[in-house]
Amino acid sequence: MPLLDIRNLAVEFATARGRFRAVDGVDVSVEPGEILCIVGESGSGKSVSMLAAMGLIAWPGRVTAAAMRFNGSDLLSLSPRQRRRVVGKDMAMVFQEPMSSLNPCYPVGWQIAEALRTHHAVPRRKVRDRVVDLLDQVGIPAPATRLGAFPHQLSGGMNQRVMIAMAISCNPLLLIADEPTTALDVTIQKQILDLLVDLRRQRGMGLVLITHDMGVVAETAHRVQVMYAGQMVEEQPTEALFAAPRHPYTAALLAALPERAMGRARLPTIPGVVPGIDDRPQGCLFNPRCRFADEKCRTEPPLLAGPPGRRARCHYPLGAAEVAA
Amino acid sequence: MFRFLLRRLALIVPTFVGVTFLAFLLIHLVPGDPIEVRVGEHGIAPERLAELRHEFGLDQPLWKQFLDYEVGVVTGGLGTSVVTRQPVWTEFTTLFPATLELTGCAIALALLVGLPLGVIAAVKRGTPFDYGLMGLSVTGASMPIFWWGLMMILIFSVALGWTPVSGRISDMYYVEPWSGFMLIDTWFSDEPGAFSSAVSHLILPAIVLGTQPLAVVARMTRSAMLEVLGEDYIRTARAKGLSAGRVVIVHALRNALIPVVTVVGLQVGVLLGGAILTETIFSWPGVGHWLVESIQRRDYPVLQGGTLLVATLVILVNLGVDMTYGFLNPRIRR
Repeated sequence: MPLLDIRNLAVEFATARGRFRAVDGVDVSVEPGEILCIVGESGSGKSVSMLAAMGLIAWPGRVTAAAMRFNGSDLLSLSPRQRRRVVGKDMAMVFQEPMSSLNPCYPVGWQIAEALRTHHAVPRRKVRDRVVDLLDQVGIPAPATRLGAFPHQLSGGMNQRVMIAMAISCNPLLLIADEPTTALDVTIQKQILDLLVDLRRQRGMGLVLITHDMGVVAETAHRVQVMYAGQMVEEQPTEALFAAPRHPYTAALLAALPERAMGRARLPTIPGVVPGIDDRPQGCLFNPRCRFADEKCRTEPPLLAGPPGRRARCHYPLGAAEVAA
Repeated sequence: MFRFLLRRLALIVPTFVGVTFLAFLLIHLVPGDPIEVRVGEHGIAPERLAELRHEFGLDQPLWKQFLDYEVGVVTGGLGTSVVTRQPVWTEFTTLFPATLELTGCAIALALLVGLPLGVIAAVKRGTPFDYGLMGLSVTGASMPIFWWGLMMILIFSVALGWTPVSGRISDMYYVEPWSGFMLIDTWFSDEPGAFSSAVSHLILPAIVLGTQPLAVVARMTRSAMLEVLGEDYIRTARAKGLSAGRVVIVHALRNALIPVVTVVGLQVGVLLGGAILTETIFSWPGVGHWLVESIQRRDYPVLQGGTLLVATLVILVNLGVDMTYGFLNPRIRR
């Protein structure tokens, strides 16, 4: 049974011109101990769909789903109070901007301890020891001396380690990391990613990694979901995705990787931009930028189709013959 | 922190010179002098007038008078009132507790009511409660005090008869001015009913004086809270599974307090000097009332000394506000 299982997720926001669907028809499932990568351009709805899973979409956003199950309980039927007992404890999240994601008014040790105290994770008198232990686990040197440090006194990488310590403080079953390395220096990025992967292995927790970096995907993920304009357009195991992408968007993304374009005169790009609120096209949302689009693509929205675990939202998935065979 | 304090205290000196200069200049722009005002319409022999003027140094050129005053302030204090012949300092210390009591209650009211209202409005933004409160707050902030005070007197004192019209306490009581604060003195006095009389005298002026700061505090709290509630660390706090109340009070309010404290500090300054209207309307025997009378009497030493003392207080309050920042926001701490 999957640890997290979400079916047909939609997130809507009220705008001046009516409701806008930031996320539409997204399925997410994560097995215990699995690393799932969600890839997509900025604004493709990756973060929003995971915030919805965490219950962090604030009014006026509205979340609907056919099913939303986590660790055997139905998230949709939980009261806000019951949901808060899950969030931050069994399901935790690390965000993109470590510098602004920590409260500037409180020492980092206090902020980690708050998570422990809220969920009664350890006895009161052991909280301090546990915080020191957590800071040590995430690779902060001399952890006991950092308890009283304020976020502005630490570097971005250190703050992200603090965020990770906070997220894993209550031994979550699932950790969601939303572009955890985007705001960091390249050298630090690798360290943070390795830390996340190590922690996942030690603890056997599920890990959802939101990223737009295909290199990260190739190195870490077991399975990949590709998102485009709020929709999930493809899901595949990592190796299969890199070997044989089924959606033209995924194929174009992979072709645009510099290491894959070696020997060519020009780096291939995808023309145009992700459609915004007002310019969502008819039919397939990717059709204005797709090399293969025809009349059907411009009029009829495609559905997710294909064998389980290897579905694509395309009328003419690439390599369809091989998959069928 | 200590160096910071020293630097700020050093700034007080030029501020003082400026303030006394302005006060001095402005009062001398008003026609007449203390002697003429006291003589009134009865007339006086020109020789006697010149004699009196000479006695008070009013026959000197302006720059000389100003210099003499400044030297006096530095060496021997604030001088004595031309009218009552009492030292300005004595008069001030007698009256100041009344002003402080009124201002303190007004600010307390503004904070105790304004902060929670602002927080609720921010959390419930876009609701009728929010719109209603912000409408009221514009009204409150722009309410002319003299009109508002008179309306309150008309409604609560005259029509309903709930509160007295003026003064600090009923004539029936005599309370030894031990601390100068009527609430404290009456609380410890053995006269029954004195305390409730003091409270009933205080309540209307405190509401009238507190209305503007209340409106300002509510608006400021709301806008600061709205900004803070959109911050990433609020999302982090919610992602920890904290209750909505804890997120708002512990994580948001502390950050939102910095602009609010600034505004409150400025308001305290405004109130200390600007309780003038309220004190006049309610015949509240405080510093504002005293300063207004000193203008009418052309009581130069009182006006200059009083202005100087009020300015000192405003400076000290602002200093206190700056030091509060460090407590609220660790990034400002050295």
